Amino acid sequence: MHEANVAAFKAGYHFGETTELFAHAYRVRPAPAAPGTYRNVAGAQALAWGLIAASERSGLPLFYASYPITPASELLHELSRHKQFGVVTIQAEDEIAAINMALGAAFAGQLGVTGTSGPGMDLKAETLGLAAIVELPLIVIDVMRAGPSTGMPTKTEQGDLLLAMFGRHGESPLPIVAAASPADCFEVALEAARVAIRYRTPVVLLSDTFLQNSSEPWRLPDVDALPRIDPGFARPNGEGFLPYARNEHLARPWAIPGTPGLEHRIGGLEREDGTGNISYDPDNHERMTRLRRDKVAGIAEELPPVEVDDPDGGADLLVLGWGSTLGTIRAAAERVRAAGHRIATAHLRWLNPFPLNLGEVLGAYRTVLIPEMNLGQLALLVRARFLVDARTYSKVQGLPILAEELEREIVRILDG
Amino acid sequence: MAEPRTETTRDGVATLTKRDFTSDQEVRWCPGCGDYAILAAVQSFMPELGVEPHRTVFVSGIGCSGRFTYYMDTYGFHGIHGRAPALATGIAVANPDLSVWVVTGDGDALSIGGNHLIHALRRNVNMRILLFNNQIYGLTKGQYSPTSEEGKVTKSTPFGSVDHPFNPVALALGAEATFVARTIDNDRQHLTGVLREAAAHRGTAFVEIYQNCNVFNDGAFDLLREKSQGVHNQIRLVDGEPIVFDEGRRCVIVGDNGRPTIANTDEVDPEQIIVHDVDGRPSLPFSLAHLSSGPTEPTCIGVFRKFERPVYGEAVRDQLRRAEERLGKGDLRALLHGGDTWTVA
Ligand code: SF4
Repeated sequence: MHEANVAAFKAGYHFGETTELFAHAYRVRPAPAAPGTYRNVAGAQALAWGLIAASERSGLPLFYASYPITPASELLHELSRHKQFGVVTIQAEDEIAAINMALGAAFAGQLGVTGTSGPGMDLKAETLGLAAIVELPLIVIDVMRAGPSTGMPTKTEQGDLLLAMFGRHGESPLPIVAAASPADCFEVALEAARVAIRYRTPVVLLSDTFLQNSSEPWRLPDVDALPRIDPGFARPNGEGFLPYARNEHLARPWAIPGTPGLEHRIGGLEREDGTGNISYDPDNHERMTRLRRDKVAGIAEELPPVEVDDPDGGADLLVLGWGSTLGTIRAAAERVRAAGHRIATAHLRWLNPFPLNLGEVLGAYRTVLIPEMNLGQLALLVRARFLVDARTYSKVQGLPILAEELEREIVRILDG
Repeated sequence: MAEPRTETTRDGVATLTKRDFTSDQEVRWCPGCGDYAILAAVQSFMPELGVEPHRTVFVSGIGCSGRFTYYMDTYGFHGIHGRAPALATGIAVANPDLSVWVVTGDGDALSIGGNHLIHALRRNVNMRILLFNNQIYGLTKGQYSPTSEEGKVTKSTPFGSVDHPFNPVALALGAEATFVARTIDNDRQHLTGVLREAAAHRGTAFVEIYQNCNVFNDGAFDLLREKSQGVHNQIRLVDGEPIVFDEGRRCVIVGDNGRPTIANTDEVDPEQIIVHDVDGRPSLPFSLAHLSSGPTEPTCIGVFRKFERPVYGEAVRDQLRRAEERLGKGDLRALLHGGDTWTVA
């Protein structure tokens, strides 16, 4: 009897230790509930459905290739259930195969997506570089978990921002977008697809274990009002085809196999501007390197400005967040404000490029505080980019930052 | 897909020519490289398939073989090292109307890309994989490869390699490839014959091509490649035919140990000679693959095994179709509104 109890206790304990559940609840300002139909949605579901929505709105079949990994497998499971949407799901032999399959499908004119978590992201790096130089639309989802290495696979972290930003050899810039809440995963998936397709670029979509497994009420969007995404495939125009000609977004043509007259070869070797022929010309390499950079930087032109929430006005302190810390930051801000302090908050959806007004916003506050579930990765980017003396509030325990923890830090700074 | 189509071509002309498949890029292999002969053979052979260049895709990895893509005036994707079968899987599954060809080498397919190769073969994706085996790393200037013979002296093995080599045909057979063949770069007729059969196959067709790297591993296949020696040492497999070679002087029989063994034809009862069967017991092609320990002995070429099993892309599409039949065409609104919802007025 005693043994059975101990065994049961241990089983329960181990389940609790290894399962991807979080016992943290947030009270966000009771949202003045907008009229509409609501449901609860978990991050993994919303992300999968967002991809399906992107497929519907672009008319591109969704092709999802992935290798089982905690916690991203949930996306593979969810998408695999929806084959009636024409969703191809492949459980690849490894992480590298998964991204290559997705890239192959993208070349063939589909919405190629692969999803993984940190260790898998490491493995995909070389192919991400390939996707960047061949300039094809691709979505790579990283459901971040506590690292390094195997780390704490069932625990959350925001440790992969710099990996997404810089984790490839050579100058290899990629757009990075991060989901802020479970329901936000839906919109972020659509956004990622829109940018990937319009700019012919791989996009890294960051989520994390916490977001993936938490749920929240979601006001369901009107599916017919979701933006359409035009794949804009290249069509033969009777003239010579230039696979690396660029449009106003600096994007190159997406000419898919099966289209007569547009036969062309792409690959990882540096291309000559315009023709796409292999080129080792020094000036051409510099031009192409800058073009690739400028293309990604140019996405900022169409991004909405970062919005500051400063209800009382005149705050000296701005709390800047990204990703799943949104709920914490809002709740903490509420508590601090309730205690009579003024603070401003802002949240980034796009981490690369930054919204065009970000520098100006940061410059308007005496203190910028960046809470992150890492040792200060966004802070590093912001400091380097805007020469702002941003402070970091870190927590790397595999757990979300709690509102009261952040509240204490904010008050400590305000009381300075 | 592999059925010849002659009804349409890009110019509305009924015939395609080698020129339709030849790009304007200058071919840059070392003079005398076996790759030239393979390229010429492939470019000459493609028109007879009747699949237009725009429905043809060549995918390659890294190594000298990787450049092949640039010389074909088709769609092409030159990927990263070892990953061509995975890229090609994505392409072939996404668009079943394409004729997809992977060009790879012994380092690319069997070292860094070994995993993708065996899994493509296991899945039976509809594509052709041409493995140029020169038993050396050429592009990186001469290190031993996973098919180099033991004792191979190279820049990275000045005291000789202690690695045991892969036998690519045996490896492909072990991965249950549905089409496995071997041919030789400079034997245009044999090479084209094998390509023809590979193109007609449904599923993954694996073709090992012995390819001379005249700069870093010259003469590795001379015993089979040089006409004067080849006639004595090539064991040409023909489905349904007794396995006889060396101008009829020698043959392959089941030896005392139960394994195929080489014998003098005039010393055996003709009944004893093994009759090749591409679609029979898998043990036969497997043992034929092991008849020689490398191209330094009489070695089998031709189609080792050919049989049918479900093709991956077709199975993927069948599943989509069945899901739609069972659940109705996907309805995004219904998906989002499924489960418990509540309304705020
Ligand atoms: S190094 Fe060898 S395989 Fe490569 S191009 Fe030269 S001869 Fe051919």
